[in-house]
Amino acid sequence: MAKPRIALYWAASCGGCDVAVLDTNEKILDIADIADIVLWPIALDFKYHHVEAMEDGAIDLCLFNGAIRNSEQERIARLLRAKSKVMVAFGACACFGGIPALGNFTNRAEIFERAYMEAPSNANNNGTFPQTLTKVSEGELELPEFFDTVLTLAQVVDAEYFVPGCPPPVDIILKVVDLFATGQLPPVGSVIASDKTLCDECDRIKEEKKITKIYRPHEVVPDPEKCLLEQGIICCGPATRGGCGQRCIKANMPCRGCFGPPPGVFDQGAKLVSAIASIYQGNTEEEIAGMVEEIIDPAGTFYRFGLADSMLKRKRL
Amino acid sequence: MSFEPKILGILCNWCSYAGADLAGTSRKKYSPNVRVVRVMCSGRVDPTFILKAFDSGADGVLICGCHPGDCHYAEGNYKAARRIPLLKKMLSQLGVEDERLRLEWVSASEGDRFASIVDEMTEQIRRLGPFSRNSGGGNG
Repeated sequence: MAKPRIALYWAASCGGCDVAVLDTNEKILDIADIADIVLWPIALDFKYHHVEAMEDGAIDLCLFNGAIRNSEQERIARLLRAKSKVMVAFGACACFGGIPALGNFTNRAEIFERAYMEAPSNANNNGTFPQTLTKVSEGELELPEFFDTVLTLAQVVDAEYFVPGCPPPVDIILKVVDLFATGQLPPVGSVIASDKTLCDECDRIKEEKKITKIYRPHEVVPDPEKCLLEQGIICCGPATRGGCGQRCIKANMPCRGCFGPPPGVFDQGAKLVSAIASIYQGNTEEEIAGMVEEIIDPAGTFYRFGLADSMLKRKRL
Repeated sequence: MSFEPKILGILCNWCSYAGADLAGTSRKKYSPNVRVVRVMCSGRVDPTFILKAFDSGADGVLICGCHPGDCHYAEGNYKAARRIPLLKKMLSQLGVEDERLRLEWVSASEGDRFASIVDEMTEQIRRLGPFSRNSGGGNG
């Protein structure tokens, strides 16, 4: 019997998800044993036309990491969707937009202005901006079109499974491969992680959640045994899916929400507003204004990984 | 056709819903643009309800609860008093106009006040126009 074929692709991402796959160490050889890897830009020299030449459905499993922020990523997402039997949104960016989706607070024009004109290291006196088509003496040069809005994978093509995390932890990656290899994949649409919140799984000592001041992580050294929220540090645990192995918590850093909303939560950011405002102690107008002021950037904090997947999806233009 | 704002009112059972009821039984005329949902306490209003309302086609959301100190459950309205300003700050970062979300204290005897709040909010939102958001599709 022919080995199943696996493709791995990166779109708008940092490469961390691919590195996480390599973090499986010698287990990666087991993966190569049970399957043929047919596309993996970070590690292997396959070209797009190799994929285009395949029949539809020829790839058994595609692990797609990264959000969709330009036309090339959109094209490859559609191509891989057509060629793949099972498409997995792999990592926070593919699932919820991730860090690239913070670009949804702005748009292409503002990003180009910042990147090519304003940034202090620029010397762009001619006002040169990237063009999708440039004529040179040798012919025409093409660049993908940069989108105003960063999209999640599922906003572009259907995805069967969602593997959250920035990046997905090794045990979950191995679980996905194992479920695939043994034909035990869960119902389509499943998120392959825990069904509990991070707070539910957190090992820290939790007492009464009452805070009177909010600290940013650099302002205090938190007690490593106690709930971070109770110490006044904004932790996204109450409205974030668990299953991550408490990586940040164990490093004495608050949860930043990379596993996305837990089951049944419509909007992660609004749920975090609810949680943080509920535990803050202060009923007078001044105290409440103080709380609002202490939370410097609520949208950036509560939608750090989830803006593209939130109700509003982006700043209204 | 002129734009008629759709406002979702979320009113607490003990003060504000009774206040709205009083506006009705007193034959007080006010804008018919508010659709009222009764909850037991303004402290029950999860900010996700508000986003869900906008997602479902509301142009504005009005939350009403008991005056500070009057909450039937002692401090539920204080929770609303903290959540709504924080949600407003977050929504303003995302370009949602301040007038689209309003928190007011309305007691059971303030039928007139409820009516004038609804009238005022309706006019403000009429000026803003329908709530729209960018679909995020393609290059939008």
